[in-house]
Amino acid sequence: MRVGLFIPCYVDQFYPKAAIATFQLLKKLGVDEVVYPQNQTCCGQPMANSGFEYLGEGCNRLFIENFAEFDYIVAPSGSCVLHISEHLHDDEQPEKAKDVRKKIYELTSFLTDVLNVKSLNAKFPHRVGVHQSCHGQRGLHLSQMSELVAPYYSKPGSLLNMVKDIDIIPLSRADECCGFGGTFCVTEEAVSVKMGQDRVADHLEHGAEYITGVDMSCLMHMEGILRRKKSKVKVIHIAEILNAE
Amino acid sequence: METNGIGDHASLAADFNKDKERVEWHDETLWWIRQKRDKNVHQIPEWEQLREAASQIKLNVLSDLNSYLQQFEANAISNGIKVHWAADAAEHNQIVHQLLKNAGVSQMVKSKSMLTEECGLNEYLAEHGIEVIDSDLGERIVQLAKEAPSHIVLPCIHKKKEEIGDLFHEFLGTPENMADPQVLTEAARGHLREIFLTRRAALTGVNFAIAETGEFVVCTNEGNADMGAHLADLHIASMGIEKLLPERRHLGVFLRLLTRSATGQPITTYSSHFKKPQKGKQIHIILVDNGRSVQLGREDFRNSLKCIRCGACMNTCPVYRRSGGHSYHAVVAGPIGSILSPNLDMKKYADLPFASTLCGSCTNVCPVKIDIHDQLYKWRQVIVKAGYAPATKTATMQVMSKTLSSPALYHLSGKAGRWVLKYIPFAVNNKFNPWYKQRDMPEPPEESFGEWYKKNQTK
Repeated sequence: MRVGLFIPCYVDQFYPKAAIATFQLLKKLGVDEVVYPQNQTCCGQPMANSGFEYLGEGCNRLFIENFAEFDYIVAPSGSCVLHISEHLHDDEQPEKAKDVRKKIYELTSFLTDVLNVKSLNAKFPHRVGVHQSCHGQRGLHLSQMSELVAPYYSKPGSLLNMVKDIDIIPLSRADECCGFGGTFCVTEEAVSVKMGQDRVADHLEHGAEYITGVDMSCLMHMEGILRRKKSKVKVIHIAEILNAE
Repeated sequence: METNGIGDHASLAADFNKDKERVEWHDETLWWIRQKRDKNVHQIPEWEQLREAASQIKLNVLSDLNSYLQQFEANAISNGIKVHWAADAAEHNQIVHQLLKNAGVSQMVKSKSMLTEECGLNEYLAEHGIEVIDSDLGERIVQLAKEAPSHIVLPCIHKKKEEIGDLFHEFLGTPENMADPQVLTEAARGHLREIFLTRRAALTGVNFAIAETGEFVVCTNEGNADMGAHLADLHIASMGIEKLLPERRHLGVFLRLLTRSATGQPITTYSSHFKKPQKGKQIHIILVDNGRSVQLGREDFRNSLKCIRCGACMNTCPVYRRSGGHSYHAVVAGPIGSILSPNLDMKKYADLPFASTLCGSCTNVCPVKIDIHDQLYKWRQVIVKAGYAPATKTATMQVMSKTLSSPALYHLSGKAGRWVLKYIPFAVNNKFNPWYKQRDMPEPPEESFGEWYKKNQTK
């Protein structure tokens, strides 16, 4: 099995540890070949969510060029994967675009649904709050959302339960948005920050040492708030916990 | 996106956030309603099937709206109801005015109707010397405060009971600093009772109209629509043309969904069916288009007309809860308002589809399954293409598009100081860097993943 690793641009630049953990985890769990195509740039979501999807043509074509050859495409981000799987298109090669849309996976769902991971050799003896990133949860259905009357499940949760000594803390609001929202975080600075502060407070009140999630973007936003508060609580991508030995 | 000098959502929301305590109170109050809704709907195992049924019934209505409207009109007329058609707000207001003039009435009582807010009816009638008293308690409160409703179901949810006490002291003569809800509602009751008994004309909204029978249903918790309509000689019911249901039995689906979604109650206290006028009295229905048929023609946004105005999307919206209804500077606030308003005036409401993180909670609480957050995304594309994006944003996006399309440019700018640091998430305004105002920047690591991979890919 050949997996193309898609590392979102800001993860590449700011959070290489999350990307390294993703790479190592995939290798450890038996993927024959994990390749990081070095010409990759971005999924194009920052433009599209700002209303400029029509400027994304070049970005889309590059994405297809980089990733069409692989059996699967895996990324440690629910948001970027949702964008590709919902919006990637190319009028000149529609079938190829469709193929890419179908074979891209967010990391945790790739582990549970494709690799069928049943156990992990991981240990993380800490109190951890899990942030449900909206695009992963409500968009990719990684876990059940509180709005629906439907049975509970959680793909990231089932993986975290395989980690030794981890203590997952409850939250008052299980799946409220953190307020990052892409360019929303700067265009609606006041509301974005208030949402982030409230989300962080929920984790702090319940004694979190770490806040984790499937999306580094939400975590980056909450980290910015934690660090401004001089809090010792850290954010950590779920891949790093699942890869922690 | 400045909008007609009243400020855009972001700046109005920033103003709202200056009072942290109020924001938290507003958020908690609405979250409490969302929790009530959750508790209630979880008692209905078939909840998701009900939502699906409602969504499909409304889809059917929208696909054949003209036939259902004609069927409704014919049945209503044969029941003895007078039916009027209004293409827009102005026509609606003129019809109401004419009906009141014909009846020789200069004072009217009105139960909650977001449609008449949309049409600016109160202001129009005031200009023509007709006094309108709103009989819904929340609406009466904002009317006394000379404000607009901030929520479609809970019009004065932005007001604390102390502020209501001050208003009642000024206008209804309650004791100073009296904020006991029991005392205040008693005062409102006395005041409105007097209005109900003396008004000869009453206007109500319409929650559902039944094509099969020509009847309509008005839902209130206070019974104020009934008090107004039954005591008056002239009952005017204003309804948007999308309010139709094909058959009476479909009400069973919608009445179960409406108030569970709205306030977490099993059903509205009063769900009143109006079919024919009492002897010697008149019922008039005004069927109002006002942009609805335009929206019906927009394939991507047609589903927004399924809305039954429960307000669940507002209560759940983390942005609405922390920015307040007035920050949307529109008659209908919150997520649903942000997909309805641009249809009425794309330029004025160009900012609203951007007032969202696209978290998707709205879509999933919606009892008629409107794809609200997907429509917000689609409106953004439409608004940008129509040229309502600020020029600076367009320029930034063009640079971004060029860079992200070219690995060479991307890596070049990466080396020259980390391209991402410059553009994401600071894509809109680098100079003032709103990120840093209340958040620290991420610490750039020694090497990027790309650099690490080059050295370690075989490990």
